Amino acid sequence: MNWLNDEMVDHLREVSTFPDLSRTPYRILRVLGSGGMATVYLAEDTKLSRPVALKVMDSAVSSEDSVSRMQAEAQIIARLEHPGIVPIHDVGTLPDGRVFYAMKFVQGNSLTHYSQKAAAISERLRVFLKICEAVAFAHAHGIIHRDLKPENIMVGAFGEVMVMDWGVAKILPGAEEDVTTLADFDSTGQGASTADDTRLDPSMRPPLKPLVETMSGTVLGTPSYMAPEQALGQTAGHSRLTDVYSLGALLYFLLTHRHPYEGASVQQIRENFREKQLLRPRKSDPTIPKSLEAVCMKAMAFEPPLRYSKVEELATDVELFLSDLPVSAYEENIIEKAGRWLNRYRFIIFLMFAYMLVRFVLYFLGRL
Amino acid sequence: MSKPLLGLIVGAVLGILDGLTALFYPNTAPLIMGILIGSSLKGLLAGVIIGFFARKIRSVPWGIVFGFGVGLLLAYLVAMRGDPTGHHYYLEIMVPGSIVGMILGFATQRYGKGPKGIGAN
Repeated sequence: MNWLNDEMVDHLREVSTFPDLSRTPYRILRVLGSGGMATVYLAEDTKLSRPVALKVMDSAVSSEDSVSRMQAEAQIIARLEHPGIVPIHDVGTLPDGRVFYAMKFVQGNSLTHYSQKAAAISERLRVFLKICEAVAFAHAHGIIHRDLKPENIMVGAFGEVMVMDWGVAKILPGAEEDVTTLADFDSTGQGASTADDTRLDPSMRPPLKPLVETMSGTVLGTPSYMAPEQALGQTAGHSRLTDVYSLGALLYFLLTHRHPYEGASVQQIRENFREKQLLRPRKSDPTIPKSLEAVCMKAMAFEPPLRYSKVEELATDVELFLSDLPVSAYEENIIEKAGRWLNRYRFIIFLMFAYMLVRFVLYFLGRL
Repeated sequence: MSKPLLGLIVGAVLGILDGLTALFYPNTAPLIMGILIGSSLKGLLAGVIIGFFARKIRSVPWGIVFGFGVGLLLAYLVAMRGDPTGHHYYLEIMVPGSIVGMILGFATQRYGKGPKGIGAN
């Protein structure tokens, strides 16, 4: 007799890999996704009866370095209270020492899916501006994301945009003191909620680790969206401009629906970087306005000093484009200026033309 | 500049320009002063009403529709009076009047400051 069908076996197999959350208020419902060092589950917060996204470190990578990285990620998200950054509810450790944290369960599509559906360029640019707002907020708090890519951006049903996965984020030197004063979690993993619910006296908490340490030359992030200095493993060169580059790459993706620097491996991406083989957006789609292409290319400049110096500057240029105003990244000729002016005032020009036409017709009707 | 004030100024200017077109018609040219005063007052009134609407409702399409309605109504009231011979110029006054109302609706929605200094979207 066949007691278990394949579906049940698969389900049991999946359940058997679930972490032990028996001493936490969470109950796992299903796997949402997994990354290099952690798995994200859809779970139910049984105390508050609400769904949460639970990120649990994988047992295979449960080293001291990855524990501190995950804690740092939780701490970074915790202090970035912004509508565009997914809020964290809880952090703790499991009996086996693995770190987990619970965050808001965001329902929506990744930017990859959104971009396939969103038709109007203006709509896509407004989503891009929301991403810029969230990243600029993080930068204002001395934090750089370093892994901005379409899969890490969620777009909700009502147009809300969330920047996710701060796993390789870095706290910039100089921002550490400010951050430490905000620190509400310790760096040993015995934070706000541990599996055995043991809470530390805040005065006993050691200061927050200044940044997610990465070995020199280690490449963290995702190829195609990495800044050249990041892809080439120059950790010392990581700055806000690294995110500016990735935002430019996201803009590239939103405009062309293609990844910049197609390449299967980091090595291949490096080769592409060296040869600077970036297909200009207008080569993929000639309908993309030149000024918008220039904004994208400036943000993705190979040399960091040639990029926008701040995310806000990039966002301003996109806003100017949306308002049919000249952008800083592109020098227009007189025909382009006239075209943009006509486009900007097209409705009022149409009404005035309609008025004159009516007057003209009425004049001749009156003479009949 | 507030939206009602913007509406008032733009309405007055468009009203004068609209009134000046009476010069093209031989029958109405002798009455130009009265037409100019009436037309500019109509523009002023329409501009203020449409400007206040733009202050309350932030929507370019609705602003244009409202402007069309106000322009048409005020132009109808003017056209109703007719000239001294009793001739009515409904078409000549109402059609351009409604377009002027739409221009005012668009301009007050797009430009001018709202109650908290926030422009229209």
